Amino acid sequence: MAVRRLYPDQPPHFAFNDENLAWAKAQIAKFPEGKQAAAIIPLLWRAQEQVGGWLPEPAIRYVTDMLGMAHIRGLEVATFYTMFQLSPVGTHAHIQVCGTTPCMLRGAGALIETCKTRIHPEQHHLSADGKTSWEEVECLGSCANAPMVQIWKDTYEDLSPAGLEAILDMFEAGETPVPGPQNGRTASCPEGGPTTLTDAALYDGSTIGAWKKRFDETSDVAPAPAAAASAPTVAPSPPASASPKNPAVHPAALTALANAGLVKDLNARGTGKPMSADELARLKTTTQAAPLTAAQSAQVTQDAKGAAGKPEMLSQPRDGKGDDLGLIWGVADKLAEKLNALGIWHFDQIAKWTQEDVAWFEEAMGGAFKGRVTRDKWIEQCQKLASGWRPGSDAGERPKG
Amino acid sequence: MLHDRDRIFRNLYGFHDAGLKGAISRGAWDGTKFFIDKGHDWIINEVKASGLRGRGGAGFPTGLKWSFMPKADPRPSYLVVNADESEPGSCKDREILRHDPHLLVEGALLASFAMRAHACYIYVRGEFIREREALQRAIDEAYEARLIGKNNVHGWDLDIYVHHGAGAYICGEETALLESLEGKKGQPRLKPPFPANTGLWGSPTTINNVESIAVTGEILRRGATWFAALGLPNNTGTKLFQISGHVEKPCVVEEEMGIPLKELIETHCGGVRGGWDNLLAVIPGGSSVRCITAAQASDVTMDFDALGKLGSGLGTAAVIVMDKSTDIIAAIRRISYFYKHESCGQCTPCREGTGWMWRVLERMERGEAAKREIDLLFEVSKQIEGHTICALGDAAAWPVQGLINNFRPVIEARIDQYQAKHSKVAAE
Repeated sequence: MAVRRLYPDQPPHFAFNDENLAWAKAQIAKFPEGKQAAAIIPLLWRAQEQVGGWLPEPAIRYVTDMLGMAHIRGLEVATFYTMFQLSPVGTHAHIQVCGTTPCMLRGAGALIETCKTRIHPEQHHLSADGKTSWEEVECLGSCANAPMVQIWKDTYEDLSPAGLEAILDMFEAGETPVPGPQNGRTASCPEGGPTTLTDAALYDGSTIGAWKKRFDETSDVAPAPAAAASAPTVAPSPPASASPKNPAVHPAALTALANAGLVKDLNARGTGKPMSADELARLKTTTQAAPLTAAQSAQVTQDAKGAAGKPEMLSQPRDGKGDDLGLIWGVADKLAEKLNALGIWHFDQIAKWTQEDVAWFEEAMGGAFKGRVTRDKWIEQCQKLASGWRPGSDAGERPKG
Repeated sequence: MLHDRDRIFRNLYGFHDAGLKGAISRGAWDGTKFFIDKGHDWIINEVKASGLRGRGGAGFPTGLKWSFMPKADPRPSYLVVNADESEPGSCKDREILRHDPHLLVEGALLASFAMRAHACYIYVRGEFIREREALQRAIDEAYEARLIGKNNVHGWDLDIYVHHGAGAYICGEETALLESLEGKKGQPRLKPPFPANTGLWGSPTTINNVESIAVTGEILRRGATWFAALGLPNNTGTKLFQISGHVEKPCVVEEEMGIPLKELIETHCGGVRGGWDNLLAVIPGGSSVRCITAAQASDVTMDFDALGKLGSGLGTAAVIVMDKSTDIIAAIRRISYFYKHESCGQCTPCREGTGWMWRVLERMERGEAAKREIDLLFEVSKQIEGHTICALGDAAAWPVQGLINNFRPVIEARIDQYQAKHSKVAAE
């Protein structure tokens, strides 16, 4: 909080001029019947502008009367909000220097020194000729363009002390300098040119109507023709390029896949077209379903499902070596052996289990592990493990939730 | 890096026409009627599914917030857009207001419709005078084109009013904003009742940040799945990052949530002044969050959860970078002064505590303190945190705690230095 008092030397009267009176009535009309008090801040602000940058006490009374409020309510508002200047300010310029940390880090201190030497050693005091005054204010919300000052309605950004001197010269001479960054950059764009938003397609109108596709789409629409050349490795193992069915994948889909624990490589995110829910779902299934090489699939087909509801079993591990099933949280050596005995050697086998498969497995284990697969989220764990993800500990990582 | 086609704010720097025609050519107001015809709940569900979390700092899921609004209530419902951007370090809403205001106006229509509101107030901070004018221009254009207003082409009557404050940071707090909008001092209200039940003039009200509302149209156009696929789980979508302080090229840029902090600074800001090794500390989410050290900054990702784990926060994604030339005690002392200045004075721990912390830090900056006072300062900050009506007390305490947690040796060295100097003088 700051101590804010009324100026001892007040003018006798205040009244809006005709233009401002009409404007004030339009402001009051913004609010429902009986709620006209809401307009107090805009009205006080307009009064301050009319007086020339500060708010005398008769103006506060005038506005509160107009809104049917007690005078004390108006005084509360006027003293609470720091943009209401309670004492006169410079006739040509009142400089509000932002002194908060982001501006301070980039040299607001030097700007304040400039104000002190050039205007008055203390803030809220008029310069000798009465043309200027200054104050240190809190963050003005232009931090990427620090340090900066606000003079009347405009901000002057990326300022040096010399730049501020030049601006002050102009104001004192009755001119208005060009607002905005003073070092040649545009708004908050990085100096030297933008690093983003350089794609001309954003501005030629070609994006209009693209959203309709999402709603027209049927499940057999061709996959997104995204930048195939830069498409990264998609499938966990082997690479996507090995499978001709695997479409080039939109980067957003890649992220989604990664979030689902399905993709290792995310380097090439950032190209392509919007992706619909259907496309995304399809990508997820094709990527999941294609982790096997031709040779492996041959073996799978050989060993494939026997009885209905029985999951895929292998007579021996592919390439002679099974995955370390102990990495599944909740599976230790004993259970891993039992799984091997059944013909389960790889994470991707479990990753593909359906409800039926789970039921079959529990039955095959003699009911001793009933509910375990679901409770410990084996399928989810194995999907992650099959993608190449590894837990921090050999005992596995407890699934969340 | 996020592809340009996945960026929502396409006129972020104002290189293009901010008016209605320009906005339409960039894809705004495209399909709005179609989405409105899909119904209130469809919009809310889509926003929920997108995983959008509020962009004002707290990160509350936007769709969920909208679903709290009563569906059949005799009182009018209100949407209030919080454009009182005052958090030190934050300068993103300003760019939306002045360069892409139509995204906000369109979003306000969609959100108002979803929550069955026929009136929307946009509360712009008092200092943003030009921004307010730009927004008003956009609203006037939208009225003229009958995109909003009574009997508009979208079939949902909506009046949008621009209102403004007059330089009080606290009015960014949602209930203080409502008080201010009602024409009072901006002193926060006790919750409950929450604004969704008793808000503006006692009616159901939802208060959303500018960025949360402005991204709505694009989320509906591209689909919740698109938005949810960007970023990290629970931290989806794109975000306007604002990088200030000791970087070569400070800027505002739209990037994917969860981008590594180092990548953000090196790709868009030309790196830390003097190289990454010259980094001292980063305040990653606006002045209210605890600072992180250079070591932590090296591998942290910019999202709510990763920063939360470090005891800091994403806040408004306002990244304040400090290199080794920074007097970190002075930097935090200035933040403490800010909170002292902006405390509304309603709760004693904050009104008295913010000034007390600032005065102690003033002394610590000079080294004129005892080492036990460091613990005392920490203890007092803990007495402020969580003991006030609104979060300003917390926001004032956290930077101080961050300073003590991460830079205690710096404070101690300063005290030693001061004592060495003064005992020498005394001995002579």
